[in-house]
Amino acid sequence: MKLPSRRILAVISVAALVASACTSSSSTTAPSAGAAGASGTCAAAANATPIEAVSWWTTGGEAAGFNAIINKFNCDNPQYFVTNSAIAGGAGSVAQAALQNRVLNGTPPDTFQVHMGHELLDTYVTPGYMDNLDDLYTTNGWTTQFPKGVLDIVSAKDSSGTLHYYSVPLDIHRANVLWYNKTVFTANNLTAPTTWDQFFTVADALKAKGITPLAVGDNGIWANGMLLEDVLIGQLGADKFDGLWTGTTDWSSPDVTTALTTYQKILTYVNSDHSSLTWDQAADYLIPASAGAQPKAAMTIMGDWAAGEFDNKGFTDYGWAAAPGGTGIYQALADSFGLPSKAKDKDGVKKFLTLLGSAAGQDIFNPYKGSIPANTQAGNPPAGQKQYSTYQKWAMGEWKADTIVPSMEHGAAAAPSWKGAVETAVTAFVANPDVPTLQTALVQACKDAKVCK
Amino acid sequence: MRISRDRVSSLLVIAPSVLAVAIFVYGLIIWTGYISTVQWDTLRPDYTPVGLANYQSIFAQNRFLMDIRNTVVFTIFFIAASLTIGLLLANLIDRQIRAEGVFRNIFVFPMAVSFIVTGVVWKWILSPGQAASFGTPAAPQGVNQLFGLDPASNRWLTDAHVVYIAPDSPIYGFLHSIGLGFITSPNIGIPIALLSIVLAAVWQMSGFVMVLYLAGLRGIPEELKEAARVDGCSEWRIFRHIVFPLLTPITLSAMIILGHISLKIYDLTVAMSGSGPGFSTDTPALFMWQTAFRDDYFGRGAAVAIIMLLLVAGVVVPYLVWNRRQEVEA
Repeated sequence: MKLPSRRILAVISVAALVASACTSSSSTTAPSAGAAGASGTCAAAANATPIEAVSWWTTGGEAAGFNAIINKFNCDNPQYFVTNSAIAGGAGSVAQAALQNRVLNGTPPDTFQVHMGHELLDTYVTPGYMDNLDDLYTTNGWTTQFPKGVLDIVSAKDSSGTLHYYSVPLDIHRANVLWYNKTVFTANNLTAPTTWDQFFTVADALKAKGITPLAVGDNGIWANGMLLEDVLIGQLGADKFDGLWTGTTDWSSPDVTTALTTYQKILTYVNSDHSSLTWDQAADYLIPASAGAQPKAAMTIMGDWAAGEFDNKGFTDYGWAAAPGGTGIYQALADSFGLPSKAKDKDGVKKFLTLLGSAAGQDIFNPYKGSIPANTQAGNPPAGQKQYSTYQKWAMGEWKADTIVPSMEHGAAAAPSWKGAVETAVTAFVANPDVPTLQTALVQACKDAKVCK
Repeated sequence: MRISRDRVSSLLVIAPSVLAVAIFVYGLIIWTGYISTVQWDTLRPDYTPVGLANYQSIFAQNRFLMDIRNTVVFTIFFIAASLTIGLLLANLIDRQIRAEGVFRNIFVFPMAVSFIVTGVVWKWILSPGQAASFGTPAAPQGVNQLFGLDPASNRWLTDAHVVYIAPDSPIYGFLHSIGLGFITSPNIGIPIALLSIVLAAVWQMSGFVMVLYLAGLRGIPEELKEAARVDGCSEWRIFRHIVFPLLTPITLSAMIILGHISLKIYDLTVAMSGSGPGFSTDTPALFMWQTAFRDDYFGRGAAVAIIMLLLVAGVVVPYLVWNRRQEVEA
């Protein structure tokens, strides 16, 4: 008697394994109520239309925030069921290849995360894979609720010269922020530099005290590319910096040469092991090993996701300011969602996108993510919901007042291939800092992108 | 002519795999070759023929020339070091030592680890830590911390230097005067950071070479060595003139296996240093991936793939021909 029952048990458990393998591999299948997890989660109704949203948010605050907003949608719209089929991989580098495959094969997800700006426009819009969202922008009043700088970045003109909107920005991150250790700055009577000239004064003072002025982690070269952008912003100002990416500012101009020379000088103030560190390891250089100890470095220049890194490490002694030369200029990047032409249920996707763009939706997501809402009507989450941090409140104030410029390194200002060419030039420059070589390469990159002649 | 039933059933049995290989290997090679001659430079396929323009464009990129240099340097150092260490270990283990199996497993074990894991661990070991800059005390890490080395002069993975015949070298002028000036370029040199990658790769693969050599050593009849000993040969001369020549086929096989690994290397460098400072650890595979899937230049990406295929074929095809000839002789 014993043996057969064991056998049955074995068969059952194998069957269960097979069944679970099947459900987990089919990403569009809505999970059953039992699998949905956290309390207050709305399960799929039996006849709900599935909507697949692909993102690269798999962990931490960003996944929590995205799941919260998805849950809100699913509870309010039982006829639909949105799933977050996340693909892990830094800043979407892995997600992008998988996504491109699906778009090419004509089976795109119903909506997917992509950096607003040229990463979306050049990769998906120009080849004709996306529908425009003009009706959403008009009916929801987004043309007045989103700042002009954002509208410029998410829109493109078609062949007849008509302007169309192609994606809904869900969050805004600021790329040009200077982070510093407050204790070190107070002890040495320093204030956050607002120009690059002041930066060198501060950096020399720190150097004299035996502190590495600037921590950089450019194991992913983009961190160094962001530094280059900050210098260009400081030297050229918002309009001419914009012009670099639209072809109206000359990359071979003396202004750019001056900026590159400044950039060369900045790189002499950084930690020696920058090329083996990631951005977060570099940010950790601001955190002293023990209370009262001297940190390895006093400043780092990084996007505002650094605040999340400090908070996670329990470090509170950090101050921030716009990156030198960037006061009043908000260099923005955003995660946005669009509508692929081959999405299965376009009405449902549009409904979901409406929530993503609304003030209420953005106030659900952004407090978790550490970013700020793109919608200027947002910013006051109702009581009982997660609230914004001190940094986020500061950034929202700046967001409303500042001039907005796009980030090249994060897909807003330039096509991915142009970004790749700039990164190639920067990688060579870091090993062999020769300004004329760098400038020649940057001029050529603009020509290859078919923006400059 | 009547075909035997055996023949029919054997053909039926191998047909599916022949078909699968024909489509998924050779069919896709031909497809990639075709893509490398078309425009396709956005996400939407564009089959406008452009001839060899994609090849011209990648050869015009200094990064690709550096990738070729890196591949050649990596291959030479990786094969030489793995063979030397593998042969040494095999000879040490072949001394009828106690607990031979334990040692054999210890040396082979790294091979069971994936290159990604090896890469991450060696990245930690070979990250130099911060040098004493700006008066800050040096904070060595990993191998520098272990051996008390100064991070300022032991840069390991982060060393951007390339050893090449520089203009201040004594033979620089001489080479230029005899028309060999082109070899005095940094693109013909040895990137120091790449040697750290070689170190990790050798750690992983030399145990495997040891096993190959061990099998070879065990296959050599003891009588041959006995006879030589009777004739008064020293152990070194026995190794040099009897054992080593008999190991030639093993050496060749090992070189082919290691050679094709090094030509295709991707995961190890990506996990350890990515492109490295100044592309000192960049590889054609990484370049191909970024060209095709980051920049959407699918035509150029395919061209890089074809060049990599030709490089590997240049190593593997002669081996297959040689192997076939051996079989015919035997």
